[in-house]
Amino acid sequence: MRLEPVADAGWARTLGLPAVALGGTVLIAMALSLVAGSNPFAVLGLIVKGAVGSKFALLETLNRATPLIFTGLAVAVAFRAKLWNIGAEAQLYMGALLVVVLGTGLLPLPSALLIPILMGTAIVGGAMLLLGPAWLKTRLGVDEVVTTLLLNFVMILFVSLLLEGPMKDPMGMGWPKSERLLAEARLPRIVDGLRLHWGFGLALICALLVWVMQTRTTLGYEIRAVGLNRRAASFAGIPVTGVVIKTALISGGLAGLAGFSEVAGLKGSLTLDLSPGFGYTGIIVAMLALLNPLGVVVSALFVAGIFVGADSMSRAAAVPTYIADILLASALLLMVLAIMLTRFRVVRG
Amino acid sequence: MPSGGEARAVLRLRNITKRFGPLTANDAITFDLREGEVIALLGENGAGKTTLMNILFGHYMADAGEIEAFGHILPPGNPRAALEAGVGMVHQHFTLADNLSVLENIILGTEPLWRLGSGRAAARARIEQLSRDFGLAVHSDAKAGTLSVGERQRVEILKALYRDARVLILDEPTAVLTPQETDDLFATLRKAVARGLSIIFISHKMHEVLAISSRVLVLRHGRLVGEVATAETDRHQLAHMMVGSEIRAPEVGGAAPGRVLLRLRDVSTVPVGNAVGLRSLSLDLRAGQITGLAGVSGNGQTALADLIAGEIVPAAGAMEIGGREAKGWTPKAALEAGIGRIPEDRHRTGTVADFSLAENAVLEAYEKAPFSRRGWFDWQAVDRHTRSIIERYDVRCPGPDARIRLLSGGNMQKLILGRVLEAEPAIILAVQPVRGLDIGAVTYVQNRLIEAREAGAAVLLISEDLDEILTLADVIHVISEGRLSPAFARGSKSPAELGVWMAGQGFEEGGHAA
Repeated sequence: MRLEPVADAGWARTLGLPAVALGGTVLIAMALSLVAGSNPFAVLGLIVKGAVGSKFALLETLNRATPLIFTGLAVAVAFRAKLWNIGAEAQLYMGALLVVVLGTGLLPLPSALLIPILMGTAIVGGAMLLLGPAWLKTRLGVDEVVTTLLLNFVMILFVSLLLEGPMKDPMGMGWPKSERLLAEARLPRIVDGLRLHWGFGLALICALLVWVMQTRTTLGYEIRAVGLNRRAASFAGIPVTGVVIKTALISGGLAGLAGFSEVAGLKGSLTLDLSPGFGYTGIIVAMLALLNPLGVVVSALFVAGIFVGADSMSRAAAVPTYIADILLASALLLMVLAIMLTRFRVVRG
Repeated sequence: MPSGGEARAVLRLRNITKRFGPLTANDAITFDLREGEVIALLGENGAGKTTLMNILFGHYMADAGEIEAFGHILPPGNPRAALEAGVGMVHQHFTLADNLSVLENIILGTEPLWRLGSGRAAARARIEQLSRDFGLAVHSDAKAGTLSVGERQRVEILKALYRDARVLILDEPTAVLTPQETDDLFATLRKAVARGLSIIFISHKMHEVLAISSRVLVLRHGRLVGEVATAETDRHQLAHMMVGSEIRAPEVGGAAPGRVLLRLRDVSTVPVGNAVGLRSLSLDLRAGQITGLAGVSGNGQTALADLIAGEIVPAAGAMEIGGREAKGWTPKAALEAGIGRIPEDRHRTGTVADFSLAENAVLEAYEKAPFSRRGWFDWQAVDRHTRSIIERYDVRCPGPDARIRLLSGGNMQKLILGRVLEAEPAIILAVQPVRGLDIGAVTYVQNRLIEAREAGAAVLLISEDLDEILTLADVIHVISEGRLSPAFARGSKSPAELGVWMAGQGFEEGGHAA
């Protein structure tokens, strides 16, 4: 078997193959349920019901999708420029950390002032954390995969240090957790009484802004040129270093916003389990969306749905919740395969 | 079986047809290759030569037709079958592993893995025998990465011979060779034919086809449009068959050189890696004049091109554009100083392969009005500009939104030419502007450069093809080891005299008697 490039993929291939990939994922899920000794159709039904089957379930899915949209966008923006930002997790924590530093009493301001300030600080914090790796990459050729990945551990240990020490909530019964945000620093709910905060709205707005940036602006053109062919971009006079730095700032800022949204919208304080790997899952979200910012919203909802649905299902059936991880992994692998098959054709022989 | 005076056919192609979407790359092609003959496949770029050979060698599967080698039908799409039947291919782009020795490269894939290394003595003797028999001098212990282009090609041929190839396919084998290396290659091919091998020689250079082949097959738009015995044809007829119409060599009238637009004084650059840097080089480019830079590849042409294109800065010496010193020298500064650049590598430097024609057409002007206004990109303006280039520069393509990687080299180069010339540059840097292009595109690009000269541009033509320089340039410099010869007026030096300079003789250390 060999691969031949396909000149023009056509709509059927471009849309059909990812659909087949999703279908394959569902089949794998059913097979695994069977192995676990449950009725695969029932398990599937429970996952869907757990993800979108009730108002509560749906809101839970939207809440879970919110940080994934931010980190998915952060990754999608960076990967477009071939800036491999694996450090959205650290940037998220940096954003959250600054929000907690400023929002727990240091700035006694009304909401209308405090929330934008905290938002801006989280953006700057996340951006600064990626600036270092981007600068090292452009100046010294240091591989940003290594630097951003390792910064995740540095950041998490740093947060842990602070939460066990100077930032530990004196009223926290000894748990490593920060003080709670001022009421003025909390993001309001979108609809009163429903557990969905404005972080979700902010995520949708960001997705739209990133999409406009990529398709309608000069910077978007520069980012795509640098990502697709750095050599030609440089020859044509595109300031490659500047573009990579700008991309890093946008990407880090978006990941920082994820931290802001989780703390100010959902949790109200900083703990070490603020993110169960949203930064890493953002990579899956971005890849499933083929790095398209609007697609990120869809794939974040899909990924969040699987997590929330699998949690709920495992309470009702004998299938462990880890099936969510397997589902996501197979969805990603099948999708990567589908993407390859939209560009290449398998020829026998 | 041999019958009468006719040698037996070693290879028969029957009705080979291959389509890529709407494009028919090969249309019912039928021919035989007989034992001990060289046939030439002649055709413009995109005529379907390489596709046909990829089918023959099993890299592509034909949509229809069949191939018979030594009396057996080849299973389609199986390179191993072609190899085992004795068909060997020497690719346009070589496929050697740089970190392995010549010997290892040659035996790679012929020995079972667990035995690799054990049969070396025998392999070495065999390779030495082959290289003596065929006049292919190579050093078997040298690492492939250290070899010159000509040597790499010899290794590729040895690789095929080592696998007992009875049919050799050479795809554009001379594109990367010096004239001397080409002569050596032809000598090898003649020896191979004398030993009963058969050769398919793919080219678009007519003088080579005439020199080496016994039969010429001409492909045009995927169809076999002519088959002639080499002895009974000439350049004129072949060119006519290739393009389907008359081709006229560019005519260059007398130059009316104006003022100096670009001046280099004692410029040196830092050598990068193994590349040669410039050594105290002085050069004037005048308006309304084509300055040709001749030289053997790797003698500082790249450094000079990179310097003028804004990619590197002088380490010493002065550079003036339009009478002003070049400061803050970057690609962007070069563009703003009115330098149009046609880069050597149009696939990797000149274009972004996965960008559309439109996106490529504004690559050097994307941030200026009307394409960008206050940070917003105007796709309609870009589209209009691209359509105008496509029309005015005869770029054959599906449309402005098609990805540029789908275009042939000639059409890609026309788009680059349009991008450069539409900016009305005062100075044009053209590095190997017609390398790898078909005759039609060559003439087109050359005529456009001549037009630009007549419109008052200063053109620097850097080429390794001396014929091209002699045809187009009003003044010629020779570059050797980073040093520049004096300017020679058109017609004042014969190719042989220039060859002496190209070999590095006549230069004074540290400067020249300009």
